[in-house]
Amino acid sequence: MAQRLAVRPAAEEPVASTPPRRGLTMTRRQALWCYVFIAPAVLGLLLFSIGPMLASLGLSFTSYDMLTNPVWTGGDNYSALFADPIFRKSLSVTLIYGVVSVPVTMILALVLAILLNSKLPALKFFRSAYYLPSVISGVAVAMVWKWMFNGEYGLINAALAKVGIDGPSWLTDEQWALRALIFMSLWGFGGTMLIYLAGLQGVPKELYEAAKVDGASTFRQHLHVTVPMLSSVTFFNLIMGIINSLQVFAEPFVLTQGGPNNSTLLLSVYLYQNAFQYLKMGYASAIAWVAFAIIMVLTLLVFRSMPMWVHTETEDDR
Amino acid sequence: MTKRKGLPLGTWIRLIVLSVGCFAVLMPVVWMVLTSLKAPTQVFVTPPIWKFTPQWHNYAEVFQLVPFQRYILNTATIVGLVVLGTLLSCSFSAYGFARLQAPGRNTIFLALMATLMLPTTVTLVPTYIVFNHLGWLNTFKPLILPAFFGSAFFIFLFRQFFMGIPRELEEAARIDGAGYLRIWWTIFLPLSWPVIATVTVFTFIASYNDFFGPVIYLSDESKYTIAVALSYFSGSPRIGPQMHLTMAATTIAALPSILVFLLAQRYFIRGIAVSGVNK
Repeated sequence: MAQRLAVRPAAEEPVASTPPRRGLTMTRRQALWCYVFIAPAVLGLLLFSIGPMLASLGLSFTSYDMLTNPVWTGGDNYSALFADPIFRKSLSVTLIYGVVSVPVTMILALVLAILLNSKLPALKFFRSAYYLPSVISGVAVAMVWKWMFNGEYGLINAALAKVGIDGPSWLTDEQWALRALIFMSLWGFGGTMLIYLAGLQGVPKELYEAAKVDGASTFRQHLHVTVPMLSSVTFFNLIMGIINSLQVFAEPFVLTQGGPNNSTLLLSVYLYQNAFQYLKMGYASAIAWVAFAIIMVLTLLVFRSMPMWVHTETEDDR
Repeated sequence: MTKRKGLPLGTWIRLIVLSVGCFAVLMPVVWMVLTSLKAPTQVFVTPPIWKFTPQWHNYAEVFQLVPFQRYILNTATIVGLVVLGTLLSCSFSAYGFARLQAPGRNTIFLALMATLMLPTTVTLVPTYIVFNHLGWLNTFKPLILPAFFGSAFFIFLFRQFFMGIPRELEEAARIDGAGYLRIWWTIFLPLSWPVIATVTVFTFIASYNDFFGPVIYLSDESKYTIAVALSYFSGSPRIGPQMHLTMAATTIAALPSILVFLLAQRYFIRGIAVSGVNK
């Protein structure tokens, strides 16, 4: 995505418009000023991104508890990780979370975006209402849902009781806790929905007209026009969803602390435990890098698969 | 179809579907507020009670039981400085990226954009170690300082906007002898208030809602932000299992982001639209 972000060329300077009176010195002066201006960003890049990134890679090959000096242990952390049953559990929990939460969020978001992209009374109200949960902080969201999921007095089970279902004790039952967490994550589909909504504005109306003339039903119009036309937006949402499911922290941390029996131990929570509860900085860095490697591999796969499903615009589309 | 009087059938169906969905989506918020207004005896009851006299004093009680004013002040300090730092650093750097030529500039910009894909968990541990060495744990510095060094997405937003500002405006100022600093401050910044608003709203929400940062850096209760304090609520000896108070606190905590969103929706939606569609 990064490369695509910058596809728009950086305003090629019409150098001729600045009087070339002092020639070289002008451009050199400008370059100097350019470096002054971009200095904060460059420093930030080095100090808070590239530097720590490399440092964490280095740390992942050491054993470090913050009290004594780091000790080089080679690939020990990584081999320990893959032998660690809790890590494996955490990996599979994260995988299930991502595989269910990301696509369901995207489908929900797309359907609602389509519904909200037409002329309707109270349209503004609906858009705000559906987006509202996405602005609430993860901690507050988790606090509310903790109460919603309460096995005895929660609203979810009260609703289920209305239709004669005896609801589980969601958050303390190993079988249900992850499902509860995933269900809760769907509440935040608003951001994805708005991105789809913005994308929908760019779909030419004529395409629908043409499909209608061909006798396509509304559903088929969306399947054959909307879905392919929005594939690049889907691509963006998919990558962001993957990254997000590997970093989501506040919600599982507050809702279940990773429990019961590690059934909601997302990778970020396990990383937190190792780094800040057990002070295993090297081990935690190794977890971070495994997560990072997964993101990179998945992103690469999505990129590679792009020509198969992402519709690229040709001139006559516009 | 639209010629008919009243709403067409399709619109009715859509309206009904949307209303049902809306009801479901807003229910947790309604439930939170309702619980926060109940008397203790009305909370742990099945089936839930829907009609009761609101106990507004629950909110006052929260402020008495925990130093909520303190948390609000802490949060306001952090969020205020983060917004300020982000606006200054991002618009400053964006001017360089948008208008000034220098070797390597575009490569740096690409590298910067690539960090959008860098998960924060990767940089977390070393950053924490460094701040620890500096003796900055349990201070606001680790949460505020990075904001003064730019942020890829907001630099991108500013740069996009700056590139659309007509060159004639700065040419005139150049002829009058204005330097680049003055042009950035007196021409570009005043013109870019739509971006400033968008970045402010986004940064506010992100910083206000941040939890991972405050939870690892702030250990002293007097330093807690609202988010951190709230996360410890149900286990706190002072609040304990008093769900009506916990929900009152949650409502207070959720309110600022909701208000900012409702008041500045336009900018919010614009920012999101840019993030998804420029791809």
